[in-house]
Amino acid sequence: MSEDRIENKSRRSFVGAAAVAGIGVAALAPGLKLIEVAGAAQRAPGEPASSAVRWGMLIDTSKCASGCDACVKACALENGINETVTDARQGSQWIRKIDLKDPKTGQEHSLPMLCQHCEHPPCVDVCPTGASMKRADGIVLVDRHICIGCRYCMMACPYKARSLVHMPLTEQNPLVPRGQGCVEACTFCVHRVDRGQQPACVEACPEKAMLFGNLNDPNSEIAQRIAKEKTTQVRADLKLNLGVRYQGI
Amino acid sequence: MQSALTQRLRIPNFYLLAAIGAILTVAGTLAAFYMEHHGHQVTGMNNQVFWGLPHVFAIFLIVGASGVLNVASIGTVFGKKVYKPRGPLSGLLAITMLAAGLFVIMLDLGRADRLIVAMTHVNWTSVFGWNMVLYPVFFGLVGLYVWLLLDRKMYAYSKAAGTAAFIWRLVMTTGTGSIFGFVVARQAYHSAVIAPMFIIMSFAWGLAMFLLFQTAMYKWQGTQLNEEIRLRLNNLLGTFVAAVAYFVVVYHLTNIYYAKQTAFEHFILVSGGIYPQLFWVGFVVVGTLLPLLFVFVPALRNTPSSSILASIFTILGGLAFLYVFIIGGQAYPLEIFPGMEVKSSFFDGVVDPYTPSLPEILLSIGGFGLYFLLSLLAVHVLPFMPQDDIAQLQASGALHD
Repeated sequence: MSEDRIENKSRRSFVGAAAVAGIGVAALAPGLKLIEVAGAAQRAPGEPASSAVRWGMLIDTSKCASGCDACVKACALENGINETVTDARQGSQWIRKIDLKDPKTGQEHSLPMLCQHCEHPPCVDVCPTGASMKRADGIVLVDRHICIGCRYCMMACPYKARSLVHMPLTEQNPLVPRGQGCVEACTFCVHRVDRGQQPACVEACPEKAMLFGNLNDPNSEIAQRIAKEKTTQVRADLKLNLGVRYQGI
Repeated sequence: MQSALTQRLRIPNFYLLAAIGAILTVAGTLAAFYMEHHGHQVTGMNNQVFWGLPHVFAIFLIVGASGVLNVASIGTVFGKKVYKPRGPLSGLLAITMLAAGLFVIMLDLGRADRLIVAMTHVNWTSVFGWNMVLYPVFFGLVGLYVWLLLDRKMYAYSKAAGTAAFIWRLVMTTGTGSIFGFVVARQAYHSAVIAPMFIIMSFAWGLAMFLLFQTAMYKWQGTQLNEEIRLRLNNLLGTFVAAVAYFVVVYHLTNIYYAKQTAFEHFILVSGGIYPQLFWVGFVVVGTLLPLLFVFVPALRNTPSSSILASIFTILGGLAFLYVFIIGGQAYPLEIFPGMEVKSSFFDGVVDPYTPSLPEILLSIGGFGLYFLLSLLAVHVLPFMPQDDIAQLQASGALHD
């Protein structure tokens, strides 16, 4: 979905216009650089997401232990993913641990898999109502008010990053509304990021294997690490330019 | 129109048949309400196989809806006289099949109550989104076409409307095929051959549905289709069934040719349990070889029931193909890390099981119930059933043109 389309939505039109205005002011104001706007992670209420920022994550798989699921637990707690399911296949998983083994070399890896927040997200392309959307700062989200639960985004996602909520939900986190019959996925803990905080999984990782930051800011730690070290995009052949990069696989 | 109304179909057990259609429709609707109330946890679907049996039936009906219009198109667009009296019934079934397919697919949504959202928020990059234009325009064009065919004063305009409907049905089925063909993520899909394959499948499935309905109505009415016309329609069905087989062979050969797809092809054709069984027995034997036998083997083709049997087998084969294509395509694990052994709490790297639950089965069959009910009511009140003037057809040589 193009950014033009995002701006067509009434709720977001104000945000989009404000983004343009904000960037314009930033560009014109003497001594104020765009990069400083991007570096200011915390957004004031009503302030638009800016395309000057591209949120991303770098995951160092060499630090990620096979049995550890601290990130998964932190995600569930933060986002109210607590429903009891009789069939585990019907449960939602925003982030999961994957264990990999190369059958030829015997080399093993463990890594967290979450929504990859693609620059060109197939889920956004295929969503019939536009409920799947990409924010200006690269975070891919689902608008649960207009998701019709068609699951076409699940068919299109190469990372199995999306889940349909199969059952009624109770005791939700008010900051993260979820809904029976709607599709959902990792939001990069957008409600935390907008307050200048880190995603819950990043904060919880005991080995500090997950690094979150602004890919567009050359001074950010994540941008510098990616510039220096070899990283991998999963299914790079699809050329989706992912927000999540892995190191060590 | 008034005089034509007197030609409407007289079916002895009309109310009984209508009640059967209504019961199936109501059962499907109640099943959908049950799923809507409790969530999709009461289905066999899950977060690995999320398009289940209702999608198989819905897509069969939607694809068949486009193909059933072929009968009318052959008469109107290509001028074949034997097909012309079949135009109104062909158009009617196109409308009722599409309505029934949409009934199933809309009620299978996670939020079926948001139909109005689906109609008012359209993402133009989505093939699904295109359906908000493709389906209503199809209804409109075919409705107009049927009216022009039935109203003698307006008949002169029917060719233009029929041609537009014919072109639109090709566009519509290209869209349905592209729903899968544009999906890059999965081994089963993402192929340019899928859209034309769906078009040729629509020819076969639609004609089979037409022949079955027409034959049943004639039988219940106590009349019989002229043998030469019956054999001619059968031959066409056989040609379409053979063409479907060709496209399916090309589809699988295309996949086998690409080294990265061979594991998936082995799964779907050899090692995947229910899927190879359904493919070889359901699609190849029942859905392809049997119809061809009943169409082309002289000892079989000359029995009056050969049309019904060939049509039923074609329909069963179509459903079997779609089951393998849609559900088998999801059951095979996504290759997120090609060449690696994968394990996770979200069932990465393993084949996902799927067994349709009763509500899904009822909703699926309810789609066929609604199609039958709507079609039956329509032929009861308006002169949709073909009235052949055999003497005139014979005199003009149209039976053999």
